[in-house]
Amino acid sequence: MVGGVKRSNKPIFWSLFGAGGMLSALIGPMLIFITGIAVPTGLLSRETMRYERMLGLAQTGFGKVAIAAVIGLFLFHGCHRMYHCLHDFGIHVGPGLKAAFHGFAFLGTLAAASLLLSL
Amino acid sequence: MKTYKRPMTGWWRRNPFYLWYMLREASCVVITVYALILLVGLARLTQGEVRYEDWLERLARPWAIAFHALAFALVAYHSWTWFKIMPKTLPRIPVPDAAIVAGGVAAIGVCSALLWWAA
Amino acid sequence: MRTIVLECLRYDPERDEAPRWQRYEVPFTDDMSVLQGLQYIKDHLDGSLTFRWSCRMAICGSCGAMLNGVPKLGCENFLRDYYPGPLRVEPLNHFPIVRDLAIDQSDFLAKLESVKPYLIGEPPAEGTHKQTPREMAEYYQYSQCINCLLCYAACPQYGLNDKFTGPAALALLHRYNADSRDKGREERMAVVNQEDGVWGCTLVGYCSEVCPKGVDPARAVNQNKIESAKDYFLRFLRR
Repeated sequence: MVGGVKRSNKPIFWSLFGAGGMLSALIGPMLIFITGIAVPTGLLSRETMRYERMLGLAQTGFGKVAIAAVIGLFLFHGCHRMYHCLHDFGIHVGPGLKAAFHGFAFLGTLAAASLLLSL
Repeated sequence: MKTYKRPMTGWWRRNPFYLWYMLREASCVVITVYALILLVGLARLTQGEVRYEDWLERLARPWAIAFHALAFALVAYHSWTWFKIMPKTLPRIPVPDAAIVAGGVAAIGVCSALLWWAA
Repeated sequence: MRTIVLECLRYDPERDEAPRWQRYEVPFTDDMSVLQGLQYIKDHLDGSLTFRWSCRMAICGSCGAMLNGVPKLGCENFLRDYYPGPLRVEPLNHFPIVRDLAIDQSDFLAKLESVKPYLIGEPPAEGTHKQTPREMAEYYQYSQCINCLLCYAACPQYGLNDKFTGPAALALLHRYNADSRDKGREERMAVVNQEDGVWGCTLVGYCSEVCPKGVDPARAVNQNKIESAKDYFLRFLRR
């Protein structure tokens, strides 16, 4: 504390938000297009996301890091911004909601990591 | 001194600038949902081929395609605004703002192309 | 001569429970500013209309108001551009109304004081400070702030939470931090680092849109987010 004014812990969450924002800005649209539109509609062959191929990816070191990064950072980015959106809508947000939103992102990241480690 | 304080309710509806800001922020909801969809897919991957194929099949349902189309649009807008704003967050460097934005958009293009090629 | 309708928000603290609208028909020529329109009302139609103004040339920062919902200076915006109207004139958003178009700026003045907007540190033992053009370029645009408060009227985060230090105050904080003659960065970091310092900003960016002097407060605030984050993560290295 300097002069009685409390330093904010925002830098931690902001850095995660920033990393997630950068990643989602760079690969978000194309990733969503591929997994959510191109493959399901057949624009891209179903082979692209078939079980063996995806399992193979998830079993490599690179695949684990990539999948964990996408899920984890997208979650932190989304949850941090959603928390701020509540405030923008005039809803009173306190430490409880802050913990809930960021905790949710953290749990999701943990879940992804443990699933990946089990493969 | 008696003063009058005007209410903030509905502030974001009163100016197109604010509406675009809220749209940009709203992308966080679809990013979070998309990350959770991927998380479910990852979980299904660990549960074997049958459960995974079931997840893939659900992605082809009309409501899923509709969601991903909306997500694509919102996340694309997030991508664009992310790099449009980025010059304001960087320390002073001898690179003009327009070049930073152009660089960012180029990076989106390169990453998207790489993803498509890898798919 | 053409006339334009001005709808002004009126509020008399001694008589009104809440603000109300009043319509005025103002004859105008193409060279008349909105401020001149208000002066016409005061001089010829309704002497009770209260508003601040001084220089008439966008340097004193007194005549800010909401023109059709957008924060603008009355002296550099013209009635001809709002014809046929009606042009809605309201006091700057996010500030308490004292009377009619005059707002209570005391919160901003307190915020301004809190960022220590002056050179900190001993002057040179002999002569004056020396500064190169490049060094001046680092802070020049931020020194153009005329404290007109349009950015505060634009900033929804300030509207939602008036404890937020706000765009102009943070831009002026940055102006001094970026000035090579200043030694007060450490002292100002406390303001930067708090929840209501730079972290109150979500980069809506409207402040920079409306600034009449090209200060770009959004940039000043957000450059300091990286500084604040660096300060946060690297402070343990300094011990």
